[in-house]
Amino acid sequence: MTGRTQDFRLPKGGVIDRSRSIRFRFNGQWMGGYSGDTLASALLANGVHLVGRSMKYHRPRGIMAAGAEDPGALVQRGLHDEPARTDPDWRATQTALVDGLEVATIGAWPSLERDMGAAMGLASRVMGAGFYYKIMHGSRWMWEHVQEPLIRRAAGFGDCPDEPDPDVYDHRHVHCEVLVVGAGPAGLAAAVAAARSGARVILAEQDERFGGNLLGRRRAIDGQDGVDWAAAMEARLRASPDVRLLPRTTVVGYYDTNYLVALERVTDHLGLGPAAPGRPRQRLWHIRAKRVVLATGAHERPLVFGDNDRPGIMLAGAAQTYLRRWAVLPGRDVVLFTNNDRAYEAALDLHAAGATVRAIVDSREAPGAAMPAAARAAGIRVMTGCVVGGTSGTRRVTGASIMKRSTHGRAVPYALDALPCDLLLVSGGLSPVVHLFSQSGGKLRYDPDRVAFVPDRSAQALGNAGACNGTFDLAGCLSEGAAAGAEAVRLAGFDPGAARTSFAVDEPDASAVAPLWWARPAEGHEHAWGQPFVDFQNDTTAHDIRQAVREGFESVEHVKRYTLTGFGTDQGKTANINAIGILAEALGRPIPEVGTTTFRPPYTPVTFAAMAGRDRGEYLDPARLTAIHDRHVALGAMFEDVGQWKRPWYYPRPGETMHQAVARECRAAREAVGVLDASTLGKIDIQGPDAAEFLNRVYTNAWSKLEIGRVRYGVMCREDGMVFDDGTTARIDDTRYLMTTTTGNAAAVLDHLEDYLQTEWPDLRVRLTSVTEQWATVSIAGPKAGILMGRLASGQDLSPAAFPFMTWRPAIVAGLHARVFRISFTGELQYEINVPWHQGGALWDAVMCAGVGLGITPYGTETMHVLRAEKGFIIVGQETDGTQTPLDLGMDWIVSKKKPDFIGQRSLTRPDTARADRKQLVGLLPKNKRLVFPEGSQIVETGASRRPPPVPMLGFVTSAYWSPALDSGFALALVAGGRGRIGDTVAVALPSGEQAAVICDPVMLDREGARRDGHAA
Amino acid sequence: MLLIECPWCGSREEPEFHYGGQAHVARPADPSALSDADWAAYVFLRDNPKGVFAERWCHSAGCRRWFNVLRDTVSHRVLAVYRMGETPPEAPR
Ligand SMILES: [Zn+2]
Repeated sequence: MTGRTQDFRLPKGGVIDRSRSIRFRFNGQWMGGYSGDTLASALLANGVHLVGRSMKYHRPRGIMAAGAEDPGALVQRGLHDEPARTDPDWRATQTALVDGLEVATIGAWPSLERDMGAAMGLASRVMGAGFYYKIMHGSRWMWEHVQEPLIRRAAGFGDCPDEPDPDVYDHRHVHCEVLVVGAGPAGLAAAVAAARSGARVILAEQDERFGGNLLGRRRAIDGQDGVDWAAAMEARLRASPDVRLLPRTTVVGYYDTNYLVALERVTDHLGLGPAAPGRPRQRLWHIRAKRVVLATGAHERPLVFGDNDRPGIMLAGAAQTYLRRWAVLPGRDVVLFTNNDRAYEAALDLHAAGATVRAIVDSREAPGAAMPAAARAAGIRVMTGCVVGGTSGTRRVTGASIMKRSTHGRAVPYALDALPCDLLLVSGGLSPVVHLFSQSGGKLRYDPDRVAFVPDRSAQALGNAGACNGTFDLAGCLSEGAAAGAEAVRLAGFDPGAARTSFAVDEPDASAVAPLWWARPAEGHEHAWGQPFVDFQNDTTAHDIRQAVREGFESVEHVKRYTLTGFGTDQGKTANINAIGILAEALGRPIPEVGTTTFRPPYTPVTFAAMAGRDRGEYLDPARLTAIHDRHVALGAMFEDVGQWKRPWYYPRPGETMHQAVARECRAAREAVGVLDASTLGKIDIQGPDAAEFLNRVYTNAWSKLEIGRVRYGVMCREDGMVFDDGTTARIDDTRYLMTTTTGNAAAVLDHLEDYLQTEWPDLRVRLTSVTEQWATVSIAGPKAGILMGRLASGQDLSPAAFPFMTWRPAIVAGLHARVFRISFTGELQYEINVPWHQGGALWDAVMCAGVGLGITPYGTETMHVLRAEKGFIIVGQETDGTQTPLDLGMDWIVSKKKPDFIGQRSLTRPDTARADRKQLVGLLPKNKRLVFPEGSQIVETGASRRPPPVPMLGFVTSAYWSPALDSGFALALVAGGRGRIGDTVAVALPSGEQAAVICDPVMLDREGARRDGHAA
Repeated sequence: MLLIECPWCGSREEPEFHYGGQAHVARPADPSALSDADWAAYVFLRDNPKGVFAERWCHSAGCRRWFNVLRDTVSHRVLAVYRMGETPPEAPR
């Protein structure tokens, strides 16, 4: 086993457990680390800086940061060991090191060291701003066959697993009084101030360890070491009732009314696979908080200069964190390039750890006092008014070219000095992590003193504390955090007690900073010193931003999209503010006028598996099953989804196609008897003295005279006069009715009725109850349905003569108390037998049993559709799309002319609804009888009346089937002025060519209606 | 996701509710007396303000009652809830 040793691990120090060694593989090579390492700290301990290749130019990239903001150190985890669990785009800086971890570089081909795509780096001039937009507007053929495949191969960002994810992901919903986001010094102080007040407190921290920057800096609080202080605060919180600590939990989204979503990596840090059986891999928390305290810290900005992307170029604060938290020396030969005092401490820390600090290059002529003095006292050369103009090296930085700044602020185009280095620290100042604040609707303000956007006006019940509020000094973070925690508790209605807001911290003043958005070389030399990268993940350079401005872009949102700044998995955490600064300079406008782009959730990427949680596969959507469902399954039914219902679609016999099965079922219903599970129809029980009046107002026809025991068909419109639903309603007794609705529309109809009852006519004494799942319905239809009914209800005369069409009666059916309705959606003699839901299965069995010898045949929704279409009966949602009046559907007979008012009545005489050339429901018979037109087919004129292209559309096919009874394909259609065109030939436009069809009456079978009383032809 | 206080049930999550558009648009007592334009205005035209908006919600997955909400369409803050038939309260600042 070849491997690397941890040559860059310091002999002591760090918040790591040296008693627990860990072995891991990076690109197939074994390396060692310790418990407490991240992948990034372990790689650096082994001297590995080159981790990935950039997306567009495939330039070598290293580890720039130590947290969520790192743009380039993305790896694929478990590609070979756990292919079903592998994840692309893991941030090395946030991946806990675990024994056996297998990670690989993404986006490099054929290997990290020898990347083919790096040749594309030569093409960077050609692939500038708007590259993707421009080639997509070029030749379509070139795009599809040449460019897109090439770009996809080159720009690949990891491999997705091909198999279903075998792990469990959970969701959890919680309420709390105070949610504190971030457990750095400010967040810890806030949580401690909020704890023990009786309020429920949640503290969420993305890191596995609490303490934030205290883990990476040498600080003492009240005389206690910062790391120990954080541990003490954590212990105190752990012992507090009503406090929930959530380490490894990133709050990714801040939504309305203090609704926040957080991703907890529950077992990711234990390794992939069976490391933690019985526990979810990740958990998505849905948190509703009375008050939120944001203590999300700040990100250090890189600086923009020539070839500022080489491995070994690192944020100053990150290097400090690697040094102190993980006892890793990220380099031995150090140059620091800064525009602020705060970064000096990194150089001092590295110097103290034994590294050679060649120089501190400060872009300011006049830095602050304390930090430069400390550096000089340590013997470090401080070069003021200078910048790093360019760098050397290929897979690792080897040197930095130092240039003097001219009075115009641009770099004088020759090197003052060339310093060798293997670690170039950069710091462009701090950017508060305002992402969640901005997501919450809060407004930002540009603070020129801090050179940062800071929170201004809040839109929700929240407070900001610490670095995310622009308060960068430790004492300020602690006191602001404690105050915010106490305030949150108080505003949530609890007593925080006496909050402590003063902490003893010894920290030099390091607040001085001056903006440097781009160490821009002098005129004419801008390209001489390499690429000045702004967005390291998308390879956007300062040149790209200036080019976008030259091409006319001004809005920050447009420039972002044109140059792809801030689009990657890092969402531009290190890039956006620099881009805004460069844009502002290019436009010659102050930064507040340019503004920021929108911060959108998620803060860091969330897997789809976590979003789905357990709602996968059969749990994606609740399935509603009828009481007869298991009978359908036993009969081998194919099912279709109607709303959430599973309805039998057809019942194929062995070897039968769908076409054959449906034809057989149709023939059975027309020639013998078919049986349908109609339980899913919506059913609403309507009670009250004003029920009839209510029906009068919601249906288009009249209901006052409906006698007890009778049933009527009704059509319901919305106020715009368009058909909304249809169905039958039966009068049960004096003040009680039973309404049926279409299956998919039941909930909407109930809402619609409640709306009018509660808001427009509260004086009506009517109550509505959904009884859809109280009644199971078995419908039998066909010429032999009467015989079957006689067998089922022996001793009761339910023959068509004694039991008229459109009536209902109570009966004992197969020994069950039933309501039997004589209605017909097939045109055949039909009985709908309703029994209490739990007896549905028993009724179905009895019907099947009694039907033996009669040719009884179960049929599904497809046959139901054919049978009803042959009779010209509409299905709401099939023949209608919300733009058909009852008159369009040929239902003049059901629209009352006498009623003073019903919902939608007034709209039926609006000029548009009264037009003669509206599309009207007709039947359509293809000249070629074998044809079944696809639903939605367009209908146009044929022959001489055909206009030249663009040919006007006459209408379209709404339903089309094969009819065994007609021995022909047939269709229902909506055709302009169709009812006046019966007998006309039109053309149906199909992809294969036009087909002729004849317009006919929508009722194609048994126009005289003899069949519905059992008199089959 | 909004948190809406049903006047009958208390605070519940938005998915329990069904939106009903602008409040206080009474259905005309005698639609037949209205001109086509006036009727079309009732059916089709609704306000779309930036700021405080009185709107209807139905607690569909709860008590099934319709009620009114004052909501700020910019911040999405629910400013007040009140029952059908009640006059809208003053919008809090
Ligand atoms: Zn309610």
